[in-house]
Amino acid sequence: MKQTPKGARTRAAGKGTGAARRKTARPAAGGGAASGGAEAGARVRLSLTVNGEPREVLVEGYKTLLELLREDLGLTGTKHGCELGECGACAVLVEGEPVLSCLRLAVECEGARVTTVEGLAHGPDLSPLQRAFADKGAAQCGYCTPGILVTAQALLDRTPRPTREQIAAALSGNLCRCTGYLQIIEAVEAAAGTQAQGRGGAPDGRRDAPVQRRSEAGA
Amino acid sequence: MMRAPDFRYYAARSVRDAAAALEDGGNAAMLLAGGTDLVPNMKRRTQTPALVIGLRGIGELRGVRAGGGGGGGGGGRRAGGLTLGACTTLAEVAAAPAVGRRYRALALAAGQVATPQLRNMGTLGGNLCLDTRCTYYDQSEEWRRAINWCMKAPGSNGGHACGTPDGASLCWVATSSPRCWAVSSTDTAPALIALGATVTLARVAGRRRLPLEKLYRDDGMAYLTREPGEILTAVHLPAAAGWRSTYWKLRRRGSFDFPVLGVAAAVRFATGGAVADARVVLGAVASRPLVVPEAATLAGSRLTDEAIEPVAEAAAALATPLDNTDFALAWRKKMVRHYVAGALRELRDTPS
Repeated sequence: MKQTPKGARTRAAGKGTGAARRKTARPAAGGGAASGGAEAGARVRLSLTVNGEPREVLVEGYKTLLELLREDLGLTGTKHGCELGECGACAVLVEGEPVLSCLRLAVECEGARVTTVEGLAHGPDLSPLQRAFADKGAAQCGYCTPGILVTAQALLDRTPRPTREQIAAALSGNLCRCTGYLQIIEAVEAAAGTQAQGRGGAPDGRRDAPVQRRSEAGA
Repeated sequence: MMRAPDFRYYAARSVRDAAAALEDGGNAAMLLAGGTDLVPNMKRRTQTPALVIGLRGIGELRGVRAGGGGGGGGGGRRAGGLTLGACTTLAEVAAAPAVGRRYRALALAAGQVATPQLRNMGTLGGNLCLDTRCTYYDQSEEWRRAINWCMKAPGSNGGHACGTPDGASLCWVATSSPRCWAVSSTDTAPALIALGATVTLARVAGRRRLPLEKLYRDDGMAYLTREPGEILTAVHLPAAAGWRSTYWKLRRRGSFDFPVLGVAAAVRFATGGAVADARVVLGAVASRPLVVPEAATLAGSRLTDEAIEPVAEAAAALATPLDNTDFALAWRKKMVRHYVAGALRELRDTPS
């Protein structure tokens, strides 16, 4: 199942001084795979904030953020779809912006603030957006739902009362094979209504809500 | 599951640092900006760099600032114009007020690349350097092995898998062709060429600046004139005074898809309403963006249908779509005429 080619290697990102760079970059110049074989399987130490919690992980350098979340952090809410950027199932928020975790290298997430679908609910309490999805029947098989939820949440954080066109445009990178999208758009509209009555921006109790960011800064 | 092959990653701290790493890395090294082109290619094993140089941490590559738009070498600060860092995301380019109406073709092109999530990741420089695309190339390793590879991606064994013909020397799109016909699929390049953009390429030994049009070659494999060791660092736009521009994109869906045709048109009107200057550039119908020279004949006209029609016809004649993207190629060629005419009529009918 796992396709890790032989003779490949990994080196930690981000800490390199000029001298360290020369040391690490040279083997590649010296003839590619063979000379770097000693480093095969090396892992990279990363610090990042996931759903409001600081996390430290050792991760294989070839992994994507999607693989890091699911395999190393046990956050399987984010789904594998096409794995090539053609479906949106793996969308997560990085610094509050929706991106595709299947195309973001884990080594490029040092210091990143990541929000997955697990970060929307507060314990057993669903976020207003999640409740609206349940109420409106906006999920059938549910496979695209995590990516759509975080993408829609980013829209609502920025635009508390979006128009239908804005909702459709924001979700135009998320494929759904079941619902025909109508209930999804209706659910986002409904959630926008409830959220805007609350305190605008982030939904109640969201673990990475802006209020909590201060404590993360010191972490 | 489709995993990326292993590689060494280096987070570059500055352009100089990245250029040194690129020079050290030689053929084994590739640059990574947004990752939306390289990472899928790595998963499909069409591009397998041993060293990946991350540009993400280089602040000087990001952002849009006024000035620097003058043409020619030197890169000195000239009045007017706009400079966009190569690692500015496509979402940022599309939303930048300084791009907005003045460089409308660019805002439209950047805003129509792929999907919102991909525009949050993908960069302007990455879109300009986008790998050429082809139905025989953008496939999994297993798929490509099954057709015995192709000349653009000959496979790790050099294409000499069992069976004939020798895939490593073949273009499946035109099997008797000595060259690769993969398609230039960048949206922003036609728009930027129509707007008169120049780009800066940096290497350890120094920088050079060239018209964006000259960055491209008519070859599906060696599609850039960027030399080994060079990094595209910035895009420069001349002052936009008097210009109107637009970008029309043809694709199956209104999202996700690469263009099967892109038409960028820019027209400068003289006082009195006649055309002073006009440019039309086609995307996705060849291995490079195509400038339509006949657009110059629009000068002096009032962009009447009669003036537009020969330009649209010349553009369709210039386009060489082949059977390696979505849609029937005859229809795509026909659509060139309609899209060029439509884009020019839009510029005529849009109040400035």
